[in-house]
Amino acid sequence: MEHDLTKVKAYGDTLNDGAMQVSFTLPVPAGDEAREAARQIALKMGLEGPSVTEMADLGAGFTFFVLYGRCSHAVDYSAIKIPKQQQHILNFKEINSLIKNELKRKVFVVAACTGSDAHTVGIDAIINMKGYKGEYGLERYPEIDAYNLGSQVPNAELLARAVELNADAVLVSQVVTQKNIHLENLTELVELAEAEGLRDRVMMICGGPRISHELAIELGFDAGFGPGTLPNHVASYIATELVKQVKDSKEN
Amino acid sequence: MDLDQNKVVLARETAGKIADRLHEWIGDYTTTTTERAAARLLGIDGVDQGDVPLANVMVDKLEEAGILNRGLVPWLARAMAERQENAQQIAENLASGKLSVTAVADCPEEKWRDIADKMAVEAAAKIKTVKKKREEMKKKAAPSGKPMLYVIVATGNVYEDAVQAKAAALQGADIVAVIRHTGQSLLDYVPYGPTTEGFGGTYATQENFRIVRRALDEAGEETGRYINLVNYASGLCMPEISAMGAIERLDMMLNDAMYGILFRDINMRRTFIDQHFSRMINAFAGVIINTGEDNYLTTADAYEKGYTVLASQFINEQLALRSGLKEEQMGLGHAFEIDPDMEDGLLMEIAQAQLCRELFPKSPLKYMPPTKHVTGDVFKTYLINGMYNLVSVMTGQEIQLLGMLTEAIHTPFISDRYLSIANSSYIFNNARHLGEEITFVENGKIQKRATYLLDQACEMLQEIEKISLEAAMEQGLFADIKRTREGGKGGNGVIEKHKEYYNPFFELFLNHAEPLEGRQS
Repeated sequence: MEHDLTKVKAYGDTLNDGAMQVSFTLPVPAGDEAREAARQIALKMGLEGPSVTEMADLGAGFTFFVLYGRCSHAVDYSAIKIPKQQQHILNFKEINSLIKNELKRKVFVVAACTGSDAHTVGIDAIINMKGYKGEYGLERYPEIDAYNLGSQVPNAELLARAVELNADAVLVSQVVTQKNIHLENLTELVELAEAEGLRDRVMMICGGPRISHELAIELGFDAGFGPGTLPNHVASYIATELVKQVKDSKEN
Repeated sequence: MDLDQNKVVLARETAGKIADRLHEWIGDYTTTTTERAAARLLGIDGVDQGDVPLANVMVDKLEEAGILNRGLVPWLARAMAERQENAQQIAENLASGKLSVTAVADCPEEKWRDIADKMAVEAAAKIKTVKKKREEMKKKAAPSGKPMLYVIVATGNVYEDAVQAKAAALQGADIVAVIRHTGQSLLDYVPYGPTTEGFGGTYATQENFRIVRRALDEAGEETGRYINLVNYASGLCMPEISAMGAIERLDMMLNDAMYGILFRDINMRRTFIDQHFSRMINAFAGVIINTGEDNYLTTADAYEKGYTVLASQFINEQLALRSGLKEEQMGLGHAFEIDPDMEDGLLMEIAQAQLCRELFPKSPLKYMPPTKHVTGDVFKTYLINGMYNLVSVMTGQEIQLLGMLTEAIHTPFISDRYLSIANSSYIFNNARHLGEEITFVENGKIQKRATYLLDQACEMLQEIEKISLEAAMEQGLFADIKRTREGGKGGNGVIEKHKEYYNPFFELFLNHAEPLEGRQS
């Protein structure tokens, strides 16, 4: 289907119909006025011909809406450039042989859930022996020495361990995102690393359900991994980058 | 399900032996939070100028003076006898520096023992009054359906929590939990007063308990129902939070014997000692505990390690019995966490849920929703939650923590909670008596799975009994997490009891609990 990629609109069943479903709650009691308020919000969002298909009384003066409309906005898809962390993802075997043959030493990785975050499900999936979805965790890699420090690790402690182990990479997982605490915490980690002169010596990587590579770069990390990440994605990135760094330094 | 009843008996007896082995040493120790809980039960409340709770001030000073190993109550009673002041006044004077620990003269037991016992009996009577009030309110209220609908609020701000809790109750929730600030489990004190900032949840404070209790009572009044309030007697302050809950009429407490060790890296000895007193308080206060086996399945695979949940339920049950909890007060936990991509995964979920039901017939089982395999696809999550609700009503679960369609995205919005209640209400009503119509195919997939799980659980329990529970945790038998005996946080709060140690509540709570009047729900 040929269409103009400089003006991409949402698609329902016809090109450029802009069809969209939204749902939200308003802090007003259910009724005709509430329905009209929801409709007006949709109009302000750029939804043409909004229709409230469901209005539910949540009690205590709140009302929930499901609403359909046609979004008038279009975006220029052709102009979008997203930084990609890696072109080609290696598998378990390839990563280990790359490290063994090109780097010729073991890779050290330190990982933790930092701050007040107690949710280790993400970091465990990446680091622990068992891994996730049939992909072995970094502990299983013969060429990687991985240390999982667990949950609620202070940023300073994570960095101290990184120094102690002369780590190549620091992995930090952030699951709790309420009121953007993960951003504060991640920023603090980068600042601490910079203050201690570590930032250039160690690769810094963050991950979590609300993390993207783009966000990670913005926060001063080398890479970020979001939902669906498997252990080899992370290991592949680390190994490839380390090998690249060695090659670059030889060329200079 | 045609279970081998000999295996069931074996599992229970083995778990009993495991619990007995722990109890060979638990009684030789106390902890800082156990003593602070005694202080709180005796009405010591408030903070000093540096915001340190008075319970902590007193315990710290007794520890400095080297007499905490005799218990907090004896010194407090001596001070009260000598100065003719009440417990709170003694605590305040100690905090302000007007009184020092050593200024109180030692005196023979007969002089202070009466005061100690009298104030403990009064404190226990207050808790009994609270318990009675709950029973009366429940009697007046419309009985809740089964499974009961359990939702969480987690705004970080107690006033916002109160609004959301009330809204959830008005929408039909039977049980509301205020999720705790993520870091609180590792605080070795309980914060004071109302709080409006917390991440991932709200601080558990006595004032916060009161605020949400009031909101839920209002909602109960409006709807003619009784709305249960839940918090977390877990972390480094298990018994203190139980004490606060007993006073403020919380109805349920997350209260697991091993959770803190595994998932918060809290010292093993500390946790085992703390859980004992904490559960005694819950038992006496008529609080239903919720255990945390569901968490195992977020780190270990639910299909492969399903039996560890059973083994842990048996251990939690036996430890709870030894703290005076009745089976009717044990909301043993499990979860719907098998990978939704698995063929016949639903059958495996039914097997586990039905097995739990048959193994713990009197317990108000707590069923936890899928979290591990759900993504940001809210539509799919909503559907998976529907399957979870169906299994629950089919297998007679009682405490249903409702799955949120935005799990893995954010702490629930008010509308997420509404949708989860709508989902479960529809299914519970639409399939109300499905369980009564079902017989399982003899030697079919479901029966075979149940038999396998029970066999494996038995084997695991026998292995634990051989090596001790502590060694089992060192080897990572639960949740694939390994913890050392001496490691973890809070180990320095464990104190070997002096031969003259005294805590009147142990005797009061363990031996004077009243039998439950029917089912507590």
